[in-house]
Amino acid sequence: MKELRLMKGNEAFAEAAIRAGADGYFGYPITPQSEVMEYLMAQKTSERTGMIVLQAESEIAAINMVYGGASCGKRVLTSSSSPGISLKQEGISYIAGAELPCLILNVVRGGPGLGTIQPSQSDYFQSTKGGGHGDYRLIVLAPSSVQEMADFAGLGFELAFKYRNPVLILSDGAIGQMMEKVWLDVQKPRFTEEEIIKNTPWATTGKTPDRERNIITSLDLDSLKMEQHNRALQAKYRIIEQEEIRYEKFNCEDADYAFIAYGTSARICQKAIQLAAGQGINVGLMRPITLFPFPKKVVAEMTSHVKGILVVEMSAGQMVEDVQLATQGRVKVEHFGRVGGIIPSPIEVVEALKKQIIGG
Amino acid sequence: MTEEIIIAGFGGQGVLSMGKILAYSGVMQDKEVSWMPSYGPEMRGGTANVTVIISDERISSPILNAFDTAIILNQQSMDKFENSVKPGGLLIYDPNGITRHPERKDINIYTIEAAEKAGKLGLSKVFNMIVLGGFLKLKPVVGMEFIHKGLEKSLPLRHHGMIPENEKAIETGKGLITAVQLVN
Repeated sequence: MKELRLMKGNEAFAEAAIRAGADGYFGYPITPQSEVMEYLMAQKTSERTGMIVLQAESEIAAINMVYGGASCGKRVLTSSSSPGISLKQEGISYIAGAELPCLILNVVRGGPGLGTIQPSQSDYFQSTKGGGHGDYRLIVLAPSSVQEMADFAGLGFELAFKYRNPVLILSDGAIGQMMEKVWLDVQKPRFTEEEIIKNTPWATTGKTPDRERNIITSLDLDSLKMEQHNRALQAKYRIIEQEEIRYEKFNCEDADYAFIAYGTSARICQKAIQLAAGQGINVGLMRPITLFPFPKKVVAEMTSHVKGILVVEMSAGQMVEDVQLATQGRVKVEHFGRVGGIIPSPIEVVEALKKQIIGG
Repeated sequence: MTEEIIIAGFGGQGVLSMGKILAYSGVMQDKEVSWMPSYGPEMRGGTANVTVIISDERISSPILNAFDTAIILNQQSMDKFENSVKPGGLLIYDPNGITRHPERKDINIYTIEAAEKAGKLGLSKVFNMIVLGGFLKLKPVVGMEFIHKGLEKSLPLRHHGMIPENEKAIETGKGLITAVQLVN
């Protein structure tokens, strides 16, 4: 039986991670996501499920603990906010290179630098185009409700293990801090050592006489082998692009115009749709749930029936570039957003639609 | 039914917990709810506010710039949110510490002298529940039996002994709310 609670997004994510059978969390506090570790600590997870929760000495240590845990086939995760996620990028690149499953939550705050602790969506490029070095991709999920903060913990682990790839949940300060109703899944058992050996035969679980050593590394000094490895990674990303696109449409049938927005901005756009309807403007919303893989085809198809698209992001315009690539100039695409930790109001969004798309 | 509420005052007045009790009561009555607090430096400036939405339908934006009801508990919040009440909407305020009273002519205005009453009763802890009572008298968006369940869910177990006192404060608040200006 699912359980109904009223929780903050950060708490819902933490609770859902426990219930998804996580083995370990390694983190370092930073606003606006500190409730994740606070909640996990308060839950005394070592008694509840045996899950380890550890405050590392730094973000860099935390991500490398994740690297270690994932190497052993464990369900491990970390969370942070923008500046902390920047610190983790080297480790993330190694984990992607070594093809390990793990879950990373970014509760985004305004940047650049230390920026502000208020909500923002200015880490889209970092998340979807490769924040660390090398040709790699993360699977990026963008929750727009507390329910999705919970749901994506389980889904994230599932995808991470399916593809042996790190999964990033790209949230923001508003979704992390707000409370909504959430239905929580029942507790899943953690994998036993026997199950780990069976499910993840590549993991460093201790060599047995019947197989070669398992080696986890992102290093190969033989460039031909490294090229092969890179090609295999790219082939995996193409499969992910085929199989894992997720999105949601609101009011898109017969709409004259469309918003494209994710996370908190998508919620604001839903209100903007109601306000616009009151002014006789028929506008819909396409909300990408996966930012990588990005729903390019869905965006391309929209160009056949809308006159213009307003991409609403709490950034100076990042996802808008992916929308422009997908629309190939067939319809007008404009960006609207507030930056530095300001959340645009639904009225501002309607005004931007009128000025930049309808009137422009 | 959708009720969009801003509750704003000083940190420590119980603004966020009032919102949480209201939101949890809504959950208990099978409503859709959202609770969006101010956090971080905003709080350190001395003001705290929370947007609570209670609805029969899926909630779109948890962040709003116009409200059906504003519950205002200090002057800074009056300055910030008086103009955010929808025309025909409701503004409830505690006149304690208010130097500039609301000037809007197109909204319903009520006062609730909750700080004074809480002081007299020596119950400063339930000040926020007196205010909540005043609001619920005017807008019974959730039933009292669900408020009881909301209190049970929001308060830690060790404070459950305080629930009768909280409920009494809500009843007190219902008797304290006073109309100043009615437009509809």
